[in-house]
Amino acid sequence: MKCSRTLAAGIAVSMMALAYVPQAAADTTRGELLTSSCFACHSIDATGNMPNLVGYPRDLLISQMKAFKDGSRVGTIMNRLARGYTEEEIVLMGDYFAKIQ
Amino acid sequence: MTNFSRRNFLKAVGIGGAATVAGFGCAPNGRATASRNGHVVVVGGGSGGATAAKYLKRFSPDMDVTLIEPTATYYTCYGSNWVLGGHAQMDDIAQTYDALQSRHGVKVVQDSVTSIDPARRTVRTAGGDTINYDRLIVSPGIDFRYDAVPGITAADSERIPHAWKAGEQTVILRRQLEAMPDGGVFVMVAPGNPFRCPPGPYERASMVAHYFKQAKPRSKIIILDNKENFSKQGLFIAGWEQHYGDMIEWVPSSRGGQVEEIDVANLTAISDGGFNVFKADVLNYVPPQTAGKIAMDTGLAGDGFWCPVNQMTFESTIHPGIYVIGDSSVAGAMPKSGHSANNQAKVAAAAIIRDLAGLEPVAPSTANTCYSLITPDHAISVAAVYAYQDGTMAGVEGAGGVSPADAPASVRQMEAVYTKGWYDGITADIWG
Repeated sequence: MKCSRTLAAGIAVSMMALAYVPQAAADTTRGELLTSSCFACHSIDATGNMPNLVGYPRDLLISQMKAFKDGSRVGTIMNRLARGYTEEEIVLMGDYFAKIQ
Repeated sequence: MTNFSRRNFLKAVGIGGAATVAGFGCAPNGRATASRNGHVVVVGGGSGGATAAKYLKRFSPDMDVTLIEPTATYYTCYGSNWVLGGHAQMDDIAQTYDALQSRHGVKVVQDSVTSIDPARRTVRTAGGDTINYDRLIVSPGIDFRYDAVPGITAADSERIPHAWKAGEQTVILRRQLEAMPDGGVFVMVAPGNPFRCPPGPYERASMVAHYFKQAKPRSKIIILDNKENFSKQGLFIAGWEQHYGDMIEWVPSSRGGQVEEIDVANLTAISDGGFNVFKADVLNYVPPQTAGKIAMDTGLAGDGFWCPVNQMTFESTIHPGIYVIGDSSVAGAMPKSGHSANNQAKVAAAAIIRDLAGLEPVAPSTANTCYSLITPDHAISVAAVYAYQDGTMAGVEGAGGVSPADAPASVRQMEAVYTKGWYDGITADIWG
């Protein structure tokens, strides 16, 4: 489990790791659900030709989404999509993309 | 977020290492085995169902997930127009369930569900199994209303294919187009709203025109439409004029496009009380549609043709514990598309996981992206972002829309590159 890397060593690790799964299951978060929408085009298997955003730097993702949103970066479809998200949602996406591997 | 409860913590520790082998929902007698996170059965392995099964496991690895799908190889409807245009082969739109099973731990059952008992929370299959569920996801796509227009029945679909579910039907229509002589007429009857893949008929006309232009340039394409306007209309019509001259003729309902009868023997569509008669060399009748058969049979559409759901979770408003996603559902402003189904599947998966854990759903956010090819190097797109507002999935104001009308050829070409990228990406997200 990914979370175990951030936790203390020893028995606590295995106990927490076991506990993490149902906890992860129980609180599929807004950021996780929101960002999963992006995976339809930005495959997390790096399949297809859309930019791969797995592990993408958080601040870069946020700044680029904002640039698409305000039109200062011109894309084909991303301007139309980025305008659909609030700043808070863009931050949630940045957090989540940076976290996944 | 609350931390794990003491009870869950003890439960998790108690089960310990055995948890990962606690195993799958379906014992030989069809009874669901006990599982920490419940047993979710998914009916239908298309874009909605396969995504749901995969994301239930992604969001909740200990969930027992069974996907029931009759075919071993699924042909996506998206991309099937490219096959009709000779721009892709059937193998290019074929998907299988190997990765769902081996990589993601979904139990894939090749069978078809014949009935659902919402009270007992069981499904029965054609193979004779009865499978229990804690939550059920129903994603059966569409069925056809062949009773809507006299003269044609489902039995005629070999002579007059719909090709609106990909597979054998796609092959039949492609063969008919190949056999058609130069100078022939391809007539497509497009359904009224709502229907699967709103830009589909017009991309199909484009791709058939692409084929005709190379192989039989004197041929004609007539679209008889049961509506007055259509998706990406301005971009399609401009693209047709640019690439195909007057090869494609679109006939809206007010000008004879509302077909009232089909003469199967003579491959003829008739409208305006017999005033307009369209004789085809190849006739492609796409009937009006309903929710998939199993959804209709289970009463999930109530008195209507589509299944009402709580659009925050996609749980049926008719049968609690059953979630209806994809084309079969009523999903506010979201179109009936594979991309919509994929996004709705994630919403339903998250809602089920949270519900089984006793948590409220999170606010759903979804998107739809749809590319259409006018030629293999000229694509157009429509996109939208949806949020839950006032009980419905509504388009977020100020977002979305179609490709710019004045875009240069380089942008059309870039969108054609992304069309293929979209296909590769979304099919990896669903079946990969």
